[in-house]
Amino acid sequence: MSKPRIATTSLCGCFGCHMSLLDIDERILALAELVEFDKSPINDHKDFTARCAVGLIEGGCANAENVHVLRRFREQCDVLVSVGDCATMGGIPALRNLVPLEECLREAYVDGPSVFNPGGRIPDDPEIPMLLDKVYPAQEVVRIDYHIPGCPPSADTLWKTLTALLGGTSVELPYELIKYD
Amino acid sequence: MSEGPRFTLDGREIPLVPGQTVIEAADAAGIYIPRLCHKPGLEPFGSCRVCTVKANGRSVAACTYPASPGMIVESDTEEVNAHRKLLLEMLFVEGNHFCMSCEKSGNCELQALGYRFAIAAPQLEFQFPVRDVDASHPDILIDHNRCILCSRCVRASRDLDKKEVFGFVGRGPHKRIAVSSGTRLRDTDADVTDQALDVCPVGALLRKRVGFAVPVGQRLYDKVPIGGAPVVPEAPVAEEGRA
Ligand code: SF4
Ligand code: SF4
Ligand code: FES
Repeated sequence: MSKPRIATTSLCGCFGCHMSLLDIDERILALAELVEFDKSPINDHKDFTARCAVGLIEGGCANAENVHVLRRFREQCDVLVSVGDCATMGGIPALRNLVPLEECLREAYVDGPSVFNPGGRIPDDPEIPMLLDKVYPAQEVVRIDYHIPGCPPSADTLWKTLTALLGGTSVELPYELIKYD
Repeated sequence: MSEGPRFTLDGREIPLVPGQTVIEAADAAGIYIPRLCHKPGLEPFGSCRVCTVKANGRSVAACTYPASPGMIVESDTEEVNAHRKLLLEMLFVEGNHFCMSCEKSGNCELQALGYRFAIAAPQLEFQFPVRDVDASHPDILIDHNRCILCSRCVRASRDLDKKEVFGFVGRGPHKRIAVSSGTRLRDTDADVTDQALDVCPVGALLRKRVGFAVPVGQRLYDKVPIGGAPVVPEAPVAEEGRA
């Protein structure tokens, strides 16, 4: 039987959740035995090669490309897991939801104290994904099957979640592993 | 067992002293009923409804409802807990709770109730309301983003500190905590020693320069759930998404 495939992505996140995944230490070897990594920054595969059993989503949606990737994950994965506070609640990037987008861009590219931008131009190359009005948690964009909070979730939390999912059982975490920080 | 008036709470007979509320009688018997706005020592307020129980089949707030002999109260049931969970989720999405950068994290009663009820992520739409922070006072700040309008500070300032520094203004979604004289905290007689500062369940009313004093792992609710061990030790947290 071929190994189940797993895909991961970092949308509007900081890669901290991926770092936490690597924090499972030598259990990464056991994981490599259990699964085949498909699209993921861990192996740098840019697109899906086959349908996946599990997709891990780090980060919420801040721009059009995040939405595109998230929808693609929903299509290609049997079970989609939101990992971390950014995917589940917006997280730190969602702090910008409290400030109008125009003001954020002006602060970043024009008015900020450390900005040198004599032309005062705000980047608008069509190659750059369009920013959304707000940062959205993943479940406000597509259906998400499981939510794992934490900033980041601990390596133990991710390990327990993955082994439960791959073992076909429901994900149950002990009290100490549910954390919003 | 001593004679005297009793009522039934989740199938257990517990004694009551006339005049006690349901939550007071439960506390005296060592049974935890989840709560947020209620705090022993402050006059009951009954606003958050997290303490909702069914008394003879009717939903009531345990922190304001008087215990009476023979009544049948249900608290730790699937139906009542689902109601509490929904209220907690509403409190989360109605404010701006960025726990990872909050001084109260680990010691916060709202967060701790989220953990106790195994809320992996609120499934209601996040509101991201625009609210301000009043850091005008040299020693104290109010972060309205995290205020859940429980009125504990109002009651403590009025009844314990005898000051009336805090009060509510506005109604409905515009309701907010305000300071009574002037518009900024620095214009009031609020003081860093006020008991009002000790009662805020969340990270809304804070003393400056004391945040993050306790390391992660040693904070109030890092290992032990609020209200003690829940009935089910392994809680299913990563529930199927509902969105
Ligand atoms: S007040 Fe509580 S729930 Fe809100 S951000 Fe702080 S720790 Fe989290
Ligand atoms: S500041 Fe704190 S104590 Fe006062 S109403 Fe808000 S949450 Fe309650
Ligand atoms: S604790 Fe009873 S209504 Fe808030």
